[in-house]
Order: sequence, then structure tokens, then C-alpha cells
Amino acid sequence: MTEEIIIAGFGGQGVLSMGKILAYSGVMQNQEVSWMPSYGPEMRGGTANVTVILSDEKISSPIVNTYDTAIILNQPSLDKFEEAVKPGGVLLYDPNGITKPPTRTDIKVFKVEAAEEAAAMGNMKIFNMIVLGAYLKIKPVVKMENVMKGLEKSIPARHHHLLPLNEKAINKGLEVVKEVK
Amino acid sequence: MADIDIKDIIREENLVYKKTDVLTDNVMHYCPGCSHGVVHKLVAEVIEEMGIQEQTIGVSPVGCSVFAYNYIDIDWSEAAHGRAPAVATAIKRLMPEKFVFTYQGDGDLASIGAAEILHACNRGENIVVIFINNAIYGMTGGQMAPTTLVGMPTATSPYGRQIDLHGYPMKMTEIVATLPGTCFVTRQSVEKAAAVRKTKKAIRKAFENQKAGKGTSFIEVVSTCSSGWKVNPVKANEWMTEHMFPFYPLGDKKDCEKDPAEDYEKYMKG
Amino acid sequence: MGELRLMKGNEVIAEAAIRAGADGYFGYPITPQSEIMETLMVRKPWEETGMVVLQAESEVASINMVYGGAGCGKKVMTSSSSPGVSLMMEGISYIAGAELPCLIVNIVRGGPGLGTIQPSQADYFQSVKGGGHGDYRLIVLAPNSVQEMNDHVGLGFDLAFKYRNPALILSDGVIGQMMEKVELSDYKPRLTEEEIIEKYGDWAHIGKPANRSQNVVTSLELQSEIMEKRNQHLIEKYASMQEDVMYEEIMTEDAEYLFVAFGSSSRICQKAIELARAEGIKVGLFRPITLFPFATNQLKELGQKMKGILTVEMNAGQMVEDVKLAVECKVPVEWFGRFGGIIPSPQEIVDALKHKIIGG
Repeated sequence: MTEEIIIAGFGGQGVLSMGKILAYSGVMQNQEVSWMPSYGPEMRGGTANVTVILSDEKISSPIVNTYDTAIILNQPSLDKFEEAVKPGGVLLYDPNGITKPPTRTDIKVFKVEAAEEAAAMGNMKIFNMIVLGAYLKIKPVVKMENVMKGLEKSIPARHHHLLPLNEKAINKGLEVVKEVK
Repeated sequence: MADIDIKDIIREENLVYKKTDVLTDNVMHYCPGCSHGVVHKLVAEVIEEMGIQEQTIGVSPVGCSVFAYNYIDIDWSEAAHGRAPAVATAIKRLMPEKFVFTYQGDGDLASIGAAEILHACNRGENIVVIFINNAIYGMTGGQMAPTTLVGMPTATSPYGRQIDLHGYPMKMTEIVATLPGTCFVTRQSVEKAAAVRKTKKAIRKAFENQKAGKGTSFIEVVSTCSSGWKVNPVKANEWMTEHMFPFYPLGDKKDCEKDPAEDYEKYMKG
Repeated sequence: MGELRLMKGNEVIAEAAIRAGADGYFGYPITPQSEIMETLMVRKPWEETGMVVLQAESEVASINMVYGGAGCGKKVMTSSSSPGVSLMMEGISYIAGAELPCLIVNIVRGGPGLGTIQPSQADYFQSVKGGGHGDYRLIVLAPNSVQEMNDHVGLGFDLAFKYRNPALILSDGVIGQMMEKVELSDYKPRLTEEEIIEKYGDWAHIGKPANRSQNVVTSLELQSEIMEKRNQHLIEKYASMQEDVMYEEIMTEDAEYLFVAFGSSSRICQKAIELARAEGIKVGLFRPITLFPFATNQLKELGQKMKGILTVEMNAGQMVEDVKLAVECKVPVEWFGRFGGIIPSPQEIVDALKHKIIGG
């Protein structure tokens, strides 16, 4: 199994930390992983993206041209990465703020109302965990127990009291993700 | 007449003065009348008197005193031009139980190494800085230094230093005295016996400060360079007294022993 | 098995330094490597191992702090990125001239000048050929994974002390900023004062006991006859480093064509090999791990069996010169690269192989 994922959105949406939690979950499942961010001033208020690769084998390049899955959280990222999804691959997006939805028919498209759900749960910070839950529903590449271990490893000990809330958010994502047909 | 041996003249019971063993027997390369030899001797004597020869590491500069390690018999690091305070910073931090001093000239300390000395003083590195200010570049052949006086001719200011062309002479001692990291900042000279004694006292105090962990001690020695100034050693001393001392007034600029807390609080209030 | 973690290349440099028993780190912030000092400052190793960490006023100062620390026989290091490493060149030349061991990490960004903060390999010449003044060489290591970033810290210190010569880790923003799984090294204690006296007491300035002559760390020698001998000694030392040459060959057994790439480019080449082989092109990879010493003989032997060689570098063609020298122009050698902070894609590399070598 090799899963090449791009996660892209605005800086501040938790793109990089979601990628890190996913990668750490892979580590907990004894997979090979890489997490390659875009970095620099563009991150500050601009777009942020991270390539995460999970694999049973040693990972060659941490930078790839095409992706098995694109997780898209804003319009500029959709514009940039829709074409980069491999035929038969997955595009998951949050429709909040999307004015031109994806048009490709040779890939599977899913949506998750993560911003809306996070607002309903009263904490925008768990937005990215709802998205992560949605992704794991579509592609259960790591077991949920390992996701929880990865989460624990990724967030500082002083925030560990928030682990149950994050788990709730992931479960919410599992529930609310929908395939767009 | 029987041959007279030197031992017939210099006898133990007549001995009133002896070269410290911390100075090597190497013949110094300094020009006649140069202040370096005297200051080297004072540093060596203080090291001997404090019994710290085995614990002292010197950092020599680029300039006439680049070979200071040939004369003072301790372990040395020969630093790149101006960088002695950075080198000394690491040595002291990695071996805090040792005594560490830099020995720098005016080109080294005030020009190319201005950033390093200011920041070492600002961090309050627990080191001693000996700063020889003779207002000229000696080793490279008498070029203008940051401390060259206005109107003073040098190889690169042949018509005399002009403010509009070269800027003002820098008073490093006054500058570092404003930094709260320094604990003892003084300006001395070695042109006569009384001055030599005062300078030695200052050097001793600086090393004692280091022993007590008080921060940076900075000793400027206003010095002569008869070769660079193109006068004989006697004239050089006269010229220094007449021209250098009024612009670079001697004496302590700061002594935190008197009231360290007040100094820091004043600085932080702005 | 050591402790497993998911870490950034930059962070692991800091962690590995603490675990390698480093005595001091002196640095100045610059993108894309500031996480190294930031990680150290969060870790506070001075409380744990006694390691000194200091933010200097400039790269000029930090490399001279390394000079001072290395002269004490201590395990000291600095890190920076290209413009900062240019500022360090004076100090690096002095450290090499005074024959001191130390570790320098360069997380390369694109240049010249202020350039870009994105990854690049444009400092190959500076690292391998000199950069500072005078005849000197650095031991240059080129990790291509976060694991190797960890491993090369200990290795770099070992080689630096073996040869009393500065070692440099030449990495870039790809490896520095990416996270991978890493098995951390076990803790190695810092040397005690007694151990330093025993091991390095014949050259380090650690205080002169009455029973030995003074130790002076200097690169200065005004007598040409003596200086020439010193140069001769250095040249022989650099030649002797060949025994520590390191390289990796990937899928070369049946290869007709060869990529030569180091660091992050070599990772992308591995993906390019997958793509090319899917099209039936038999291509392999030769990866120099030490850039100095360079695996000239090994590359000559392998390279001369090939129909053609493509070096892949994130620069305008630097290592390609050493590859051409190695194969003595008996095989076509071409270069492909992107620069300015652009990372070549695996497909671009395959296309370049087709156009420049196979069809060329």
C-alpha cells in the first residue's frame, strides 16, 4: 500500500497539523511516512499545503506530481490541485467558500461540511479533525486506535485534555462525509 | 684584572626586580617605545600574582599583537581579525572555571570587530578585554584607525583625518560603559611609572572581577606607536600626553562594584 | 532499537546533537533552518547534559565561537543557510587552517545573493571546492532523509575529530522542513575535563600545566618554508580521507543508464527510476553520500559501463564537473536541474533522461 496525499488550504486551517497527525498515525501503525510542507512567507495568511505519503515500503520521493487523494479546503487549492489527482483517485473538499466545485468525472469526489459542523460544535479549532475523520471514512489507511495514538504524539502534553474533543470531531467527520455524484 | 661574571654583579641579595616567569624569554618584535611590551608584562605579572597561569587562556588579535602568544606563556587562541570577543565568549562559556581574556588593538576592536565587542559586552560575557588604542594601524603600516584623531595624518589620511571624509574618532570605552553587561570600564596609559602601576591595578581588578563572575571588564590603554606616528619614543609620549589624553580622558568610566543594581535599573528604565 | 519519532529534518539535527554529546551550539536565525536553534532552546540541553546553546549576533560571530569552542577540544557546531554560510567562510578557513574539529550544517536555499528561501543545492561548489580562502577542504556529508540527518550528526563529529577538520552537512529545505520517521540515536555522554586532557591535551587550549609547553591554536605561519610543509601535511590529510568515502547504488546491476544525484535530488531520482523502469528504461542511481571525499574511483568503475549518465542537481550544474572527471569523458555525461527554489518533478527527470541522454 502506498497512499500519496496532498492537503491544501489557507494558513490557519490546521492543514499542516492535520498532515502531521495523519503521518504520526502511520508511524504508530509501523508504516513508512513522509510529510513535506510548503514553507515560507506564503504560509502566513496565504495558502498552505502539505504532501503526506503513507506506505508499507520505503518512500522514494517525498515530492510527487500526482496524488491518490487531494484534501482541499479553499478555492485556490482546488484550482491548483484538482488536475493533480490520479485517475480513479479521491478528491475530498469542504464546500464552505467554494464557488467553482470540482468538475472531473474520472475521480471520486467527496464533501464534508467541516466548517459548519465545527461551528455547530462550538469550536473552530477542531475543523481539521472533522476533515481527517471524513478522509479516514473514505480511506481507512490507518486504524482508529493508531490515529488516536498519533494524535496524542502530535499535540503537546499540555493540550492532552483536548484529546476526547478531537476524537469526537474525528467521529463527526466519519458520520457526515458524503460522496458527490 | 680578573674576569667579572654577571653573577658577580647580579646577586640574590641585590635582587629588587625580576621578570615574571609567565613572560617567555623570546625577544619581542615590537618597535622601540611601543606600549605593547609594557602591557604584556603587566598582564603576565597579574597572572603570576594570582597564580592562574594554568587556568588562563588568552585570545590574540590580528594586528601588531598577533604574536602575543610568543611572549605570555599560557595557552592561546589566535583569532581572526576583530573576532576575539566571539572566540573568548565560547571558550569562557564552555570552560567557565578558566580565566579568559582578549588582547586587541584599535583596528581589531573598534573597526572590523565593532559588532563582536559590543555584543560580548552586551551579553556581559565574563571575560577581560585589554584594548590597546594607539590611534593607528601598526602592523599594516600606519593606516587610519577608527580612533585616529581629527587632523592626524596617517597613510590613508595623508592630509590628516577630516570629519566630512572619515567621520569622527570613536570612544569605545565610553560606548561600552553604557552597556549593562560591563562591570568595570576604565581608560589607562603606560607612559610613566605611576601610570604603569595604575594600569596594573586595573588589570588585576579585571581578573578579580572575572573570578567573582561579575561580567565584562574592559580596559583601554591609550598607547603610542612611534613607528606609525613617525616620531621617536620620547616625542611619542609627549604627543600622546598633549593630544590623546584630552580627547581620550584617563580614569574609570564605570565600576559596578560601587553600585551594580542601580546601573541596571537605570538602564532598564530608559 | 532506538526511540522512534516523527520529526522534521531540522529538529532532528538539534536532537541528534544533544544525544551525540555535543558541548556547544552557536547560531544565528535564518530561514529555512531556524528550527534547529529553536528546538535546542526549547529542549534546554544545558539543564540536561550541560550543552551550551547561544544565539550569536551574526554568523560571523557564531563561526568564531565555534573556532573558540573547537580550540578547547569541545564538540561544537553551528548551523545556517546559504547567505549565512557565506558569512562564515572566513571562520571556516581559519578552522580548517588551525586544524580544528567542528560540525557545520548548511540547509541550502537558492542564491546568489539573498535569493530565495526555497530549497536548492547551489552551494555544492562552495562546500566541496572551498568557498573560503586558501587550500583547504571540508568533509562534506549529504543526507537524503530525516534518518540520515540524525545519523550524520554523530558521523560528522566522528570524522571531524578523526581528521581534526571541519565537517559540513550539506542539506536543503526539502530535507530540513520535511518530517519522516526517525530512529533516534542513543545518548552519548559529553567528554569530561579529564577525558579532553587525555585525548586532546597535546593541542587544545585548555590551560597550560607546568609540565607541558603552551598550546596555541593558530593558522598563522609567516615562514614560507614552514607554511609550505603545513600545506603539504593538509593535502596528505585530505587525500587520506578517501578511506571514509561513502556512496549508495540503487538498481544499478542491470542499468544501462545512470542518474548521479545527492541529497534531496537523489530521493526524487528514485521516483524517476520507478517511472522510467515502468516504461522499460533500465536506469539506476549512484548517490555520493560524502561529497568530499568524492567517490571518484567507484563512480569511474560503474559509470564506464553505462551508455550515458545524467546528473540531477537543484543548481545550474556543479557536481556534473566531478562526475565528468570521474568517468574521464569516456561516457556521455549531461546535467539536468531546476533552480531558484524549484524542485524538479520525477517526470521532468525522466523526460530529461530521454532527451539529453537516450535520444541525444
